Amino acid sequence: MNIKFIEHFGKFLIWMKQVFSKPEKMSMYWRETMRQMNDIGIGSLIIVVLISTFMGAVMAVQISYQLGGQFIPRYYVGYLVRDITIIELAPTITCLVLAGKVGSNMAAEIGGMRQKEHIDAMEIMGVNTSAFLVMPKILAAVLVVPVLVSLAAIVSILGAYLAAVPTGLFTSAEYIEGIRVFLEPWNVFIMYVKAVVFGFILASISCYQGYFVKGGSIELGRASTAAVVMSNIAILIADYLIAVLLTS
Amino acid sequence: MIRAENIFKSFGTQNILEDISLTFKAGQTNLIIGRSGAGKTVLLKILVGLYPPTKGKVWYNDVDFTSLDKKSIRDIRMQVGMLFQGTALFDSMTVEENIRFPMDMFTNQTAKEKIDRVNFCLERVDLTGVLDKYPSQLSGGMQKRVGIARAIVLKPKYLFCDEPNSGLDPKTSMVIDQLIHEITIENNITTIINTHDMNSVMEIGDNIALLHNGQLAWEGSNDQVLTSNNKVLQDFVFASPFLQKVRDLHA
Repeated sequence: MNIKFIEHFGKFLIWMKQVFSKPEKMSMYWRETMRQMNDIGIGSLIIVVLISTFMGAVMAVQISYQLGGQFIPRYYVGYLVRDITIIELAPTITCLVLAGKVGSNMAAEIGGMRQKEHIDAMEIMGVNTSAFLVMPKILAAVLVVPVLVSLAAIVSILGAYLAAVPTGLFTSAEYIEGIRVFLEPWNVFIMYVKAVVFGFILASISCYQGYFVKGGSIELGRASTAAVVMSNIAILIADYLIAVLLTS
Repeated sequence: MIRAENIFKSFGTQNILEDISLTFKAGQTNLIIGRSGAGKTVLLKILVGLYPPTKGKVWYNDVDFTSLDKKSIRDIRMQVGMLFQGTALFDSMTVEENIRFPMDMFTNQTAKEKIDRVNFCLERVDLTGVLDKYPSQLSGGMQKRVGIARAIVLKPKYLFCDEPNSGLDPKTSMVIDQLIHEITIENNITTIINTHDMNSVMEIGDNIALLHNGQLAWEGSNDQVLTSNNKVLQDFVFASPFLQKVRDLHA
């Protein structure tokens, strides 16, 4: 941990206080939050569905392969696919992908506004730009990412079914039995905790990188890349911490 | 009235402004002129609070702007309009939305009141029929006019213009200059313009400050520009060989 990281972290915390200060006009913030929810939610549907389908399909095939020939009931494939999806893959993989898609977009959008003096223009009008530009994005991410993660989990479980049942890896009845047994509601809770935390991380870090960008298009590109890399690292660290805290 | 009092500004070891003291009066078009890199934009950004001065104070009437907290700064900024060099119009918004934005953010006016005000401001800058257009669909001169319309929509007491003529042809530059000058007088606004356009200096410069290497080199009105013996001013004003010939012929 070097001094630069501590400096950035301190700056980030102070900035968060500004981001979550009282809005000048609630209706404007609400409108912006709705716009962001649409951008993040609807805009990410296809990629989330695509990735989740293949994620479930690959899991089903590989788990079947690893359990094949052992004295383990075949419905366990469904059980494992469900739990791995809910606890880990749906929230983590979805949010890593969203950090790439949504996070880089947020950093580029805010960074572009900084470079084109839009942020200065708003500041001079008296707008708290940290709050107006960032709070709706974070709120939208925190609200929409859990929905996308839920969708990813459902689609992933369906993807496993579609990949394995028609090809004869296991029967439909075995798989359905598998996804219905030993269901722990706590695991679903863990999934939502992860989704909310990861949503906050990817939006806040990406906006931070964009908001404080300096220089020209090269720096904006670097900020966009840093947004993705830093968000991914932070998501993985948070993933570990949540796993330790909520499963021990 | 805005007053800069012993302003110093440095970035790292580089001194940008040294001991600048100026008074900008209400109802006058105050010009900050100087060569590129003289520190004009930095001074303007200090005056509007985008940069803190390393040393010195900025006064808005009797209020020490540099010592205010963020909320009080925002209160004062509600009385400030600014035209940016690149206009800083929001790309994703139409002309109407751009001009309406400050009203949407800070007033509780009805939709009709807002659109009436938008139309008034657009008429004031001689621009009509562009409400639904996006900034990218407008010419440079039209964008400047929209920028002015947005800057005056909340009836500001202070108007800042950073290089309002940059990228414009001489004729359009004159029109924009006159527009700013008229609005200043009509509304008794304290207007501060950053420019290196000599035409602006001669046409609308009620009060002119010349910066040179971060220092105040000369201060006066447009009437005094041609008669001053200040070497830096003369070098700046008569930089082009054409104007030097005109001066020599005139002499």
